[in-house]
Parts: sequence; C-alpha cells; structure tokens
Amino acid sequence: MALQKGFVITDKEISIQEVVDKVMDRNAGAINTFIGTVREMTKGKKTLYLKYDAYVPMAEKKLQQIGEEILKDFPEAKVAITHRIGELAICDIAVVIAVSTPHRADSYTASRYAIERIKEIVPIWKKEHWEDGEEWIGDQLEKTPYPSGSPTKEELE
Amino acid sequence: MIKVLLFADLEEKAGVREIELSNSEMKVLEVKKYLIEEYPVLKGIENALPAVNEEYATSDTVVKSGDTIAFIPPVSGG
Repeated sequence: MALQKGFVITDKEISIQEVVDKVMDRNAGAINTFIGTVREMTKGKKTLYLKYDAYVPMAEKKLQQIGEEILKDFPEAKVAITHRIGELAICDIAVVIAVSTPHRADSYTASRYAIERIKEIVPIWKKEHWEDGEEWIGDQLEKTPYPSGSPTKEELE
Repeated sequence: MIKVLLFADLEEKAGVREIELSNSEMKVLEVKKYLIEEYPVLKGIENALPAVNEEYATSDTVVKSGDTIAFIPPVSGG
C-alpha cells in the first residue's frame, strides 16, 4: 500500500473514518476528531451554500506544518487533517482533524490548536452565497490573521 | 519569467488566477507596485500576504525568473 498522505486538500466528500484510521496507533489512548461543518445562519444571515478555494500545494504544506508544530509539544501524537474545497451545502463536512495521543487531555489540546491554526496560516478561502449576494470571507479571527510562523503586518509595508 | 498567482477576491477582480511577468528579478514590493499600477482593481493586494514558492515571504524577498509569487488574502478555512 502506498504511504498515505496525512494532510490533504480534496474536492471530494471527506470520509471521517479514513482520516481517523490514519492516526490509529497501538500507543494511543485517545483519538480526538474535530469535524467542521457548513452552518446555515451567520450573524443573522442565511447562507445558501459555500464555496471553498485553496492554493492547494501550499495549503497542504501548511497543514503539514501544523502537524509538525503539534509534534513539538506532543511528540507521541499522530495528526491527520483533510480539508474539502469546491461547492459545499449546509451540513456538509468542510474539514476533519484527527489527533491520537497516549492520554486524552493532549488530544483535545492538539485538536483545538490545529483548527485555530488552520484559520491563521492555511491558504484556504470561503465564499458565502446568500439569497441577496455573495462575499469572500477573510480574517474570521478578527485579529491579525498571520501570527508567528509567517510575516507580520509591518513586514508587508 | 515570474508567475503571479491571485486568489479569492483578488482573482475575481482581476478575472484571472495567473499573470506572467517577463522580468528576470524583482522584489516582492516591486511586484506589488507593478500589479497595482497595471491592474488598479487589485488595490486589495495591500492586505494580502506574499508567498514565494509556497512559503510566506516579506516585501524584501527577491523573486527570480522561474519563481512563483502568490498573494494570499486573509484566509478563511476551517
């Protein structure tokens, strides 16, 4: 069997089980999965569907970087992340993160770190389509979207 | 030749994802200035982060022929 890619951008439906299987480990006592889904209502506005786009090769590299960052804190962790792009309907799965660790607390911490970091450094964009319009969404964290690990805003001047 | 990649609202405004520059060597800042001059609709590029060959870069990073420079608008994955 070919070596499985742990950090993937795909335009296909994500199989949660497939992502989970990648982090199975005899030393794991916990597997934490985060499943990001498409929400209908955002700030009172009804989304009809979403469109995700990505700079695919760089996005896969940055997902891998997140995995490496997690390993620095939790050397025994195994991490796999798959993010979907293309047109997604309400309730569709946009992202699946699986983290296995020997003990449960670390798996929660690492999983949380991964999703927050995705929103900071991974070149993926979401376009919301409403009944009365559409817009590319940026900076969901409402702060500088690129902290450590990438240039600061000043460096852009 | 330097390859420029645009995404999300930048791509939509420009109407293209890829632009080719015939220059053999430029700083990121020069690429930015050139694009804003040539394509005034790309003013939003000021808020985008440059990436050279798939790694975040700074305004001083030198881009050479054969390199790819991408402009990354604020991301919204997850």
